[in-house]
Amino acid sequence: MTDAQVVKRAKYKSSVKDPGLRGHKSSKEGANRPALLNLTQDQGNYIFEFENFSDREICRDFVAKAIAFSGEVGGPTSDKAVPQKDEQLSSAEMERRIKLLQEDIELQKLHKQFVIGDVLSETEFWATRKKLLDVNASRKAKQRVGLKSEMIFNVKPSSDGQSNRVTFNLTPEMIHQIFAEKPAVRQAYINFVPNKAAYVSQAAEDEELAVFLRQDAILANETRQKIRKVDPTLDMEADEGDDYTHIPGHGLANEDIKDELEAQYEPFKRSFLQDINRHAAVVLEGRTIDVETGDTRSVAEALASTKRVELAKEASDGNVLQDRIDRIVRMAEIEDLQAPRDPPVAPLCIKDPRDYFDSQQVNALNQLSGTRQMKSRLSTSEAYGSLRAHISEIRTTGFSDPIVRPEVAFQVFNSLTQNISSSKYQLGKNPHESILDTLPSVTKEELLLVSRLRDAMSKIYPKLQEIKESVQSDTRHQVSLLVQPMLQALDAAFAHYELDQQKRYAKGGEKPNGYA
Amino acid sequence: MTPVSSKQYADDVSLLMVLIDTNPLFWSSTAAPLPFSKFLSQVLSFLNSILLLNQLNQVMVIATGLNSCDYIYDSSLGLTTQRVETLLQKLEEFVIKDEELNKDDSVDGIGSSLLSGSLSMALCYIQRVFRSGSLHPQPRILCMHGSQDGPGQYVAIMNSIFSAQRSMVPIDSCVIGSQHSAFLQQASYITGGVYLKPQQPDGLFQYLTTVFATDLHSRSFLQLPKPVGVDFRASCFCHKNTIDMGYICSVCLSIFCKHHKKCSTCGSAFGQPQTNVSTSNQKT
Repeated sequence: MTDAQVVKRAKYKSSVKDPGLRGHKSSKEGANRPALLNLTQDQGNYIFEFENFSDREICRDFVAKAIAFSGEVGGPTSDKAVPQKDEQLSSAEMERRIKLLQEDIELQKLHKQFVIGDVLSETEFWATRKKLLDVNASRKAKQRVGLKSEMIFNVKPSSDGQSNRVTFNLTPEMIHQIFAEKPAVRQAYINFVPNKAAYVSQAAEDEELAVFLRQDAILANETRQKIRKVDPTLDMEADEGDDYTHIPGHGLANEDIKDELEAQYEPFKRSFLQDINRHAAVVLEGRTIDVETGDTRSVAEALASTKRVELAKEASDGNVLQDRIDRIVRMAEIEDLQAPRDPPVAPLCIKDPRDYFDSQQVNALNQLSGTRQMKSRLSTSEAYGSLRAHISEIRTTGFSDPIVRPEVAFQVFNSLTQNISSSKYQLGKNPHESILDTLPSVTKEELLLVSRLRDAMSKIYPKLQEIKESVQSDTRHQVSLLVQPMLQALDAAFAHYELDQQKRYAKGGEKPNGYA
Repeated sequence: MTPVSSKQYADDVSLLMVLIDTNPLFWSSTAAPLPFSKFLSQVLSFLNSILLLNQLNQVMVIATGLNSCDYIYDSSLGLTTQRVETLLQKLEEFVIKDEELNKDDSVDGIGSSLLSGSLSMALCYIQRVFRSGSLHPQPRILCMHGSQDGPGQYVAIMNSIFSAQRSMVPIDSCVIGSQHSAFLQQASYITGGVYLKPQQPDGLFQYLTTVFATDLHSRSFLQLPKPVGVDFRASCFCHKNTIDMGYICSVCLSIFCKHHKKCSTCGSAFGQPQTNVSTSNQKT
């Protein structure tokens, strides 16, 4: 006999005017004692036995109320009773009162003492305890019993030794949890289990089936939804990387052991992780529906419908799209993910190979004159002899003291330093820039200089041409060799200048840099 | 002496391979800026200084002769007291041997010493050092050269240069003669070494200790002389002349100054030269 049923019946019975009850007696509470309620009527005694004491209390209360009612209606002697017929006791109110009485034994005793003993009326009693009622109600509204956090791994089936049947004893609670955690099972149940009654055992068998068949599809769906909800601006990797305290060995130990084993267990680990994640999600979500309402079928359907409602809400919600667009915009603004606007590398350009031939002039001259001048004064054998003589000279006289004269060494030092420092400036990127930087006031003058320089340089070309032609044919080659680097230098200078001009106009004329 | 591999090497330990040009025709000509004895004494003092810089430094001397090359001195063999003596002894023996190999009495000009041979010998020794273990000093090559560039050695020298580049062995060049050496310029440029032509040959020792004594690790902190321009021109394979415009075989990249029917290096046949599109013969 459940509470709900008692209340229902009580509601039904409240219309009865005079049940003819005169009084009631109840047996003492205690363990191992039957809960008896002795109702005395005009006709006789009725003894009711209840399953538990709380049920009996409820009946007793109601009986007391009924007696009070009838007493009021019947006899004017019970004036103490406050006109209760004016009070409209709602069923919810009744429920709450009954619940309170159930939970609090002291309250129960007081209630019995005062109300049933006709010291106080019901309303008076409850008026003072209104706060309790309200508190209880609100507490009841807010706090719900959460789901157990232990996962269903301890569902051990009991098996008969004889037959091959395996029975799972699943409470509705566990069924609810299974359906919440394994949507595959729920889906399969809805599809494969048409008939309501007596198919509970099927669930256990279907569980394994469904797990193997539908797991991946549903998982994929879920992950897709979750991915859509992920905020792309959150950097998970960085977060993970920072969280070294949870890495075994604090990220220091070298983790190159058991790679093969781990690879073997990878699929199991993955599904295990997924199960844990889903269980955690379910537990945190709490009870979306009441377990008590209905059997497995309705539980499954209820869970499915809530999920569908959520999806529908998300899909129909216009804000979702806007949110996604916002997120994409935010994502696009992440610097790291931006494609580089300007390529950081300069475009491939084939340099003028004549740039490499700066020393060509020197070499050319050398080659022309070298072989002629370089002749040994002695014949080969004599040369060898002199070489050996030199060697033996060292053996006899040894090294000179000092090896190098100090003044010579000093000169060498100076020339080396000068050479190094001068070549540093010459081979620098933009030497003229450094000079111009220090003279910002004379930029206009520089500009004028530049144009004058250009004119002068352009005049050199015809002059060189004249020189070439005036020289006789046999020496012309040498002259052209000499003239060629000059021409190259001029060409390079003009090209460089034009390039600089272009750059300058592109930049909007920041700094005049046309000095070639 | 304890083996090389068991020691702990700091960054500045170096193995210096010195290639000395012992071309007698060069040293007896006017092209030589200083007598061979002076040159040799300054180089030997420099070698002593190198060995004094660090206890673990090693020096290897190879003589580049007219007809042959040979290892003259190896510091890892010990003999700290008689160092110069042994070196000079071996050098003399080498010169005698080289003279014996000299068959042709008439040499054009001052000839050219076998730089390619000594470069190859130096690189072989360095390879042996590399394979001795993971711990070894950082090798580099110092080329003391005065003779002309022999065009016939172009291919061999370029091969040595590229192999040195691959092994990350810098080739430093100290050119004593009157002219620059295009081969050594290229060698130093490609391998990341220093090229220097001393203006004052009397102070050769000063040049050596200032520029060429620096170990590879310290070079990242120092400003060393850089050549103003490098002559990158190639020599043609047929006449060994330096050219700047020529023909290249598209199969083996051999350079020719004139149009050939067939490549002499790889044997591939060239097609007819076309005005617009070239099939197997490319014009640079």
